[in-house]
Amino acid sequence: MAAGTAVDAMATTTLNDAAAQELARVVERHRPQIFRFLLSSTRDVDLAETLTQECFLKAHRNWAGFRGESSAMTWLMRIAINLQKDHWRNRRMQFWRTTRTNSVDLDEASEWLPSGESSIEQQLLARERVKQVWTAVKGLSERQRTVFLLRYVEEQELREIAGATGLSEGTVKAHLSRAVARVRLELGGKR
Amino acid sequence: MSGMEKREDKTDGVKERAGMQAQESQDLELEQALKDFKLSVDAWSDAAYSRPRTVAHTVRRRNWRLAVGWALGCVLVAGSLSGGLYEGNHQLELKRMEAQQRAALQQKQLEEQQARAKISDEVLLADVDSDVSRQVPSALEPLAQMMGDDETK
Repeated sequence: MAAGTAVDAMATTTLNDAAAQELARVVERHRPQIFRFLLSSTRDVDLAETLTQECFLKAHRNWAGFRGESSAMTWLMRIAINLQKDHWRNRRMQFWRTTRTNSVDLDEASEWLPSGESSIEQQLLARERVKQVWTAVKGLSERQRTVFLLRYVEEQELREIAGATGLSEGTVKAHLSRAVARVRLELGGKR
Repeated sequence: MSGMEKREDKTDGVKERAGMQAQESQDLELEQALKDFKLSVDAWSDAAYSRPRTVAHTVRRRNWRLAVGWALGCVLVAGSLSGGLYEGNHQLELKRMEAQQRAALQQKQLEEQQARAKISDEVLLADVDSDVSRQVPSALEPLAQMMGDDETK
């Protein structure tokens, strides 16, 4: 009986170790992507880092409950989306803190471009286009923005976006279509 | 088909082609903008992700300051509260002592008054007795003496 208990305990420890290793691999693989999504959603580096940490902390706590019905990335993205939603909801409740936001403005966000071999003119044009897209993204609803960023920044399929957001594929398509229309309008309007 | 109709068809075709070209150009521009946007976010995210982590330290320091601030605030509030309570209790105690002293004084005064009144009554009675005894006419002296004898018996 005692030997059986010891074997059970050892097996549990081995299982726990394996699960911890698996989680560590998942964190290493997906952390940059989760951070990028949260950064593009919030435009706040510190907040994105905090929410990324919270996301993986939550994942660590609930890892045992992850049954692999969706991919680990979809599961993590779902946690990140919920954390972000909770953050904005809490922020709205704490109305006295609304003035204290570290989100960078659109000009600063548009500054980032890969240093390619393009000419200065091309870079300026690209920067202008990026700024226009940021302006359009800022005007989107929370859901439209999430869907848009998951599609065009994270390059996820509609099925994956539906899994991460908990929406149907049809609804995702509709949100995406409206978001793209808004971007198109922004690009067309500034010409 | 007349020459006029042919010309109209030609114009419609040109318009249609121009519209399609404009649409294609818009699509290309949108595609390019979305591509630039992704590249920009990637570059920003990479730079932010690989920057040296100074945030935790700053946050800790901020937290430390916040904790010190809270602690000081709590000490101040607790101090002022306990000071107020102590002062209130002290005042109450003083008032109670004063009341006790006043009551004791009043009691003493009353007792003195009563004692004084008692003494004065006794003195008065003694005076009356002595006066009465002195005023007994000499003719009744033997009777008074007899009464005195009876009392002694």
